[in-house]
Amino acid sequence: MNYIEPVREFVVENFLFGDSGRLSEDTSFLKSGVLDSTGVLELIGYLEEAFGITVEDDEVIPENLDSLRNVSNFVESKLNGK
Amino acid sequence: MCGISGILNLRREAPPVDPDSVLRMLAILMHRGPDQSGVYLDDRIGLGHNRLSIIDLSAGIQPISNEDDSLWIIYNGEVFNYLELRDELIERGHGFKTSTDTEVILHLYEESGADCLGRLNGQFAFAIWDSRKRELFLARDRVGIRPLFYTVHDNRLLFASEIKSLFVVDGVPREIDPIALDQVFTFWTTLGGRTAFKGIYELPPGHFLRVSKGKTSVRRYWDIPFCAKAEQYDLSENDVRERLAELILDSVRIRLRADVPVGAYVSGGLDSSGITALVKNNFNNRLRTFGIEFEDRAFDESEYQQHIVSFLKTEHTAIRATNDQIGASFPDVVWHCEKPLLRTSPVPLFLLSGEVRNSGFKVILTGEGADEVFGGYNIFRESKVRRFWARQPDSRWRPLLIGKLYPYIFKDKRLKGMVQSFFAAGLEDVGEPLYSHLLRWQNTSKTKGFFSEDLKSSVGGYSGYDEVRSSLPERFSSWDDLAKAQYLEMTIFMSNYLLSSQGDRVAMAHSIEIRLPFLDFRIIEFMARVPSIMKIPVLLEKHILKKVFKDILPERIINRPKMPYRAPIVRSLFNERNGKTPEMLSERRIRETGLFDPARVGRLVSKMQSVRNAGEVDNMAVAGIVSCQIMHEQFIEDFPLRPAKPLSPALIIDRRERTLSASLRGKR
Repeated sequence: MNYIEPVREFVVENFLFGDSGRLSEDTSFLKSGVLDSTGVLELIGYLEEAFGITVEDDEVIPENLDSLRNVSNFVESKLNGK
Repeated sequence: MCGISGILNLRREAPPVDPDSVLRMLAILMHRGPDQSGVYLDDRIGLGHNRLSIIDLSAGIQPISNEDDSLWIIYNGEVFNYLELRDELIERGHGFKTSTDTEVILHLYEESGADCLGRLNGQFAFAIWDSRKRELFLARDRVGIRPLFYTVHDNRLLFASEIKSLFVVDGVPREIDPIALDQVFTFWTTLGGRTAFKGIYELPPGHFLRVSKGKTSVRRYWDIPFCAKAEQYDLSENDVRERLAELILDSVRIRLRADVPVGAYVSGGLDSSGITALVKNNFNNRLRTFGIEFEDRAFDESEYQQHIVSFLKTEHTAIRATNDQIGASFPDVVWHCEKPLLRTSPVPLFLLSGEVRNSGFKVILTGEGADEVFGGYNIFRESKVRRFWARQPDSRWRPLLIGKLYPYIFKDKRLKGMVQSFFAAGLEDVGEPLYSHLLRWQNTSKTKGFFSEDLKSSVGGYSGYDEVRSSLPERFSSWDDLAKAQYLEMTIFMSNYLLSSQGDRVAMAHSIEIRLPFLDFRIIEFMARVPSIMKIPVLLEKHILKKVFKDILPERIINRPKMPYRAPIVRSLFNERNGKTPEMLSERRIRETGLFDPARVGRLVSKMQSVRNAGEVDNMAVAGIVSCQIMHEQFIEDFPLRPAKPLSPALIIDRRERTLSASLRGKR
């Protein structure tokens, strides 16, 4: 299942303050500056609350969190019990 | 320290300057000089001075003239080597009426014109009027410790210590400059002579302005003398340390020259501790010190402050800066700073100067400038690490060095795996002149996402980065990396933001004069030529300064981790007792000023009210937007054109012939 849309909505609302134009599915949050260090923590908090998952310390890496697509794949794999 | 103001007719035939305007210009600057006021008028010019009496308390009222009354000076500042200069001038036959440093400058100018500036060791902004040649000379100190603004309106040149003084002159337009906002929301400050207001200019540090024969010219007389590696000093570290120790001691010594007591700010950091130790050990055993304690523990340094105070045994007063007070005083601080603020850091310093005033002091030594001159800031080490990492971009461990610089950002261990990504942008672009600062500026620029469409289109395609690049000195590219970073930090951040909003303005708000020993020009010039390896060997910041202070400060102060001075933003601006913030951020007010996007600001406000810890950019956006809104209300909408209390100067020198003869004619 695709989790891109709810995450996009969260990111646009909380970090882009409504400006959705700049965010594609593969835009790197960190390279483009959408998220800073506090933002990453906020994102983790949102994912844990919205999807009932636990993000382990060693899962906090760009491959899991640094774009809409990466986040969606990460959430999917957590929910599928991998 | 003093306030100056003036109006010069650029056309000979214009009617003499109306004294009322000059008095109004002075009235609004009373906080800079509450002790005495003086005015000079002739057919071309009106000069005004508000005095904060520090040297020659009884006889030093200004304006002051030379022996034959042809030259007149109004002056804000101190020239600390004035005693030595005075002796030389007396030997050369000059006659003095006072024992002020002000008069010394006047006679030096009499002798050598603009060349006098190279002899002055101090902090100053002054105007000299040559009534015979009809020439006006304005000058500002090398790094901009004292302010000076000017505008040309209605064929007159107006100048003053603060922008508010220009605005009380009838007809001077008050309009926010969109380019200035783009600059502030990128660099924390305006660039190169621009102010937040259209048509109002700042005389840049290290420059003078001359009006002569109808022509106005602005010229630079000094720049920081960084040089290529090959031209740096070939001295041993020990030699450098010894020379530096001499210079710092002498710099402190001459900055204690005053006819009133001098105190010191102590933060708990290395720089202010060093100065305080030097004063206590060599010059004043009963030194009064002042510092700030933060209610908000995350920002507090009082443990270190208490440590140095008990080590040195000074008589210390600490004010407690609560989040409430910081929020409540923010509007007053905006009024004094006259530009949008992306931080609340100036506010506790404003509160502190109030306490200093209440304690009966007028003069304070502070440690500002050391981080710039000696390489103390994290941005210098960050740049070093990133360049090191850029040589092997795929390295897993090189970027981890950055985590060491910012323990307070990365104290959440979960972020360890992401450090690289935060600092990777533009990593390999090492040829970029702005390399050291671009990441910070790009980060800050995210706050511009809140600009309204109108503001964005007014800014258009303007690029602040291009402006900075094109204003760099010719030989910039020949300097080493640290020198380049220091130059950017000193000329942009230090001169245009720190010394003003966190320095002169918030101290002068309570009539306090600050003196900055680390910005003695001899120290700046010396350190500019010291090899970078002595400033930051590997990642050890302010290495040579620590060596100088090693024997007079406790080890805990020398080796404490670098903690940047900051004040809480969201927690102080968004609290129940602060009604100003919600008012300024309300949709109605946002639409009224038209500077910001109402929907986005609305989302920011919701987020700030619910989030536990706001991020860096969000914090800057909140402070920037609130201060802009306040500035608009104070300077554009509700500006006080007429003073609450009219000013009665103690000294009026009126040499207006035409007015006198006109009134005589009227009497017949």
